[in-house]
Amino acid sequence: METGITLDSYLIVSAVLFTLGVVGVITRRNAIVILMSIEMMLNAANLSLVALSAYMGDITGQIFVFFVMTVAAAEVAVGLAIVLALFRNKQTIYVDDVNILKW
Amino acid sequence: MTGDLYSALPIVLMSSASIIGLLVDVFTPGRTKGMFGWTIFSLLMMMGAAVLTFGAEGTAFSNMLTVGGYATYFDVLFGVGALMSIVAARPMLQRHGYEYKEYYSLTLFAVAGMMLMAHANHLLIAFIGIEIMSISFYVMSGFFRSNTFSVESSLKYFLLGAFATGFLVYGIALIYGSVGSMSYTDMYTVAMESEITLKNLYWVGIGMLLVGLSFKVAAFPFHVWVPDVYTGAPTVVTAFMSTAGKAAAFSVLIPVVAVVLPEIETMERIQMLIAVIAAMSMLYGNIGAISQTNVKRMLAYSSVAHAGYLLMGVAVGTDAGQQAVMYYLTAYMFMQVGAFVVAAIVESKPGEDCTLEDYKGLSKRNPGLAACMAVFMLSLTGIPFLVGFFGKYYIFKAAIEADMIWLTIVGVVASVISVYFYLGLIVKMYFQDREDEVPAALPGGIANLTLIVTVVGVLVLGFFLDYSVLPTITF
Amino acid sequence: MLLDRIRFIVIVETGLLGLTYHAWLFYLLAALAIGAGVGTITRKNPVTSAFFLILHFIFLAGLYASLHAHLLAVMQVLVYAGAIMVLVLFVIMLLNLGKEPESQQSEQVVIRKIAGYSFSAVMLVMVGLAALLSMDKGNTMMTTMADNVDTLGTAESIGAEMFTTYLFPFEAVSLLLLAAVAGSILLAKKRLMN
Repeated sequence: METGITLDSYLIVSAVLFTLGVVGVITRRNAIVILMSIEMMLNAANLSLVALSAYMGDITGQIFVFFVMTVAAAEVAVGLAIVLALFRNKQTIYVDDVNILKW
Repeated sequence: MTGDLYSALPIVLMSSASIIGLLVDVFTPGRTKGMFGWTIFSLLMMMGAAVLTFGAEGTAFSNMLTVGGYATYFDVLFGVGALMSIVAARPMLQRHGYEYKEYYSLTLFAVAGMMLMAHANHLLIAFIGIEIMSISFYVMSGFFRSNTFSVESSLKYFLLGAFATGFLVYGIALIYGSVGSMSYTDMYTVAMESEITLKNLYWVGIGMLLVGLSFKVAAFPFHVWVPDVYTGAPTVVTAFMSTAGKAAAFSVLIPVVAVVLPEIETMERIQMLIAVIAAMSMLYGNIGAISQTNVKRMLAYSSVAHAGYLLMGVAVGTDAGQQAVMYYLTAYMFMQVGAFVVAAIVESKPGEDCTLEDYKGLSKRNPGLAACMAVFMLSLTGIPFLVGFFGKYYIFKAAIEADMIWLTIVGVVASVISVYFYLGLIVKMYFQDREDEVPAALPGGIANLTLIVTVVGVLVLGFFLDYSVLPTITF
Repeated sequence: MLLDRIRFIVIVETGLLGLTYHAWLFYLLAALAIGAGVGTITRKNPVTSAFFLILHFIFLAGLYASLHAHLLAVMQVLVYAGAIMVLVLFVIMLLNLGKEPESQQSEQVVIRKIAGYSFSAVMLVMVGLAALLSMDKGNTMMTTMADNVDTLGTAESIGAEMFTTYLFPFEAVSLLLLAAVAGSILLAKKRLMN
């Protein structure tokens, strides 16, 4: 199907979003914002999967995205629980306050 | 379908057992004995099923799982690791007052995830397995939930682990794009015939996948979490995740590398990449361990180094290399679990009594413990004829046969460096005394059972386990 | 009729400024998604970040729709923008987080930032180049969507695959959810029995 947009446009957008996620993880200190950046990375990968799936006419990519979403949901739940546990112990969620173990 | 259920019996049993485990939890309120018993029982059942289906061949559930041989060997390995760590964990958790039944549930879930990893014949299954195992580990490392060390290590493990998952998924996406499928079998066929249309995507994808997996095996550039997490997490959890977890990560890495290596154009680059990671891990781990004063931290650094030795066998890419890795993983399981269990028994409060100073004169206070630790240290160094020696020997042999001479030399040099700190601990235990009076370590209870099993394993396994009969994975 | 005809000529056949309406949609959504992404990682207030992320997810859903992955687009909004982000916002509110305080270790942060940007620039260049370079001549997959694309992302075709070929992973993922539930209760609950 001719659309005027090639696969690599999607892949490049996905690469940009992935990079944004990586930058967020590295530069932010708030554990919850880091978690959100990780979600962005996963979504970038999802975009690649969907685009590849559409251009190849193969469904596996889209099925995989469903599983990534499930995993992301589970990861967020556990991650927020860990953040809560940390907050209860230290009253902070900033990763550079987590220094007993030398971040 | 029935045939599938039979040939994938270990995994079906383990998944059911872990779900039933949550129910056992509900019906035995206030007591942990039932849950403990159920965990042991289901692990034994699973290992039985694995032995039973060892001869099965092919795949199950529309090519999602490989069954028999290679995968069942790993099933048994995970089972042994989980059993040893569970038996040691019960008295240790009780000592620190954190014996919640969720520990056993999470162990069962983690083992189910590891088994999915070993059985995977599709990147999707491998991904789900990795995530089940990792999520269980994130929670288990924060298991001492009102201990700051433990929770911090859990946060660190979680954030870096989820970060690595991002790379893993992105790598899978790019590989999918270049190959057109996520099934190992299809990937192998495409690689064999060099039919990859999008070569660069393929290469970058494999790179990203290796980044994600290197994190799970704790190899060099992605090891930053290892020392902190292994130190901060409850020691019995570390014993479990540094051995069974590492074995599981390798059970994914071996088939993935075996699948992508046949592609002629990228083969050398991939081999080189893995070899460099291996060399750096060995050197970094062993050099980093020298300056450590905390025994758990030292063992964590040495765990990075051992990931390096293991990666050496993966880089070789031959059947002998695969078998050597599996042998080494088995050996490592016994030595490392043993060493961490000793550390757990010596530890009176979470995170205390872990420094090298605390081990001074241990041979006088606890001769048994000190003797066990000495055996594990000697085996980790690779002193003949303990099992660690055979492990290293087979890996080096496989590397030399595949003409990776420089890598072998690095490996030998790294082993020589490691003598310093492993023997240093023995010297501290046997030839130095503490000025102040310290009471003997608290009794280990049934954790001593794990110690006996691991010591016997380390002493005799080398003579009874023949590495050339270990099953390899082929496509 | 006439209007439809005009619209067809302007937008589909020749396109506005030489771009098809699909291309317009793509560039618009991509720019918005990237913009929202930048907003997520730069805002100092976590609540603002979270709202930008919700926007980001919605624009991504639009991109999925432009790829004819309709079911996924719906799921993206329901699961990500709906369920997951509500949970995140809930925790942010629960912990009563405000603007991120300035870090004391300013030098360390600067180093980390520089390292982060340079690392990611390298990554971006690498991946972008790889994507560009791998455009093989004569490979139609790269330039056009597959012919079956409009039936690919429907609930019907995904459901059919999910419950036949991918039945086992579908079951296996339930273990993951259970483990996550048990784990988060353990960590987050105030008081535990035994």
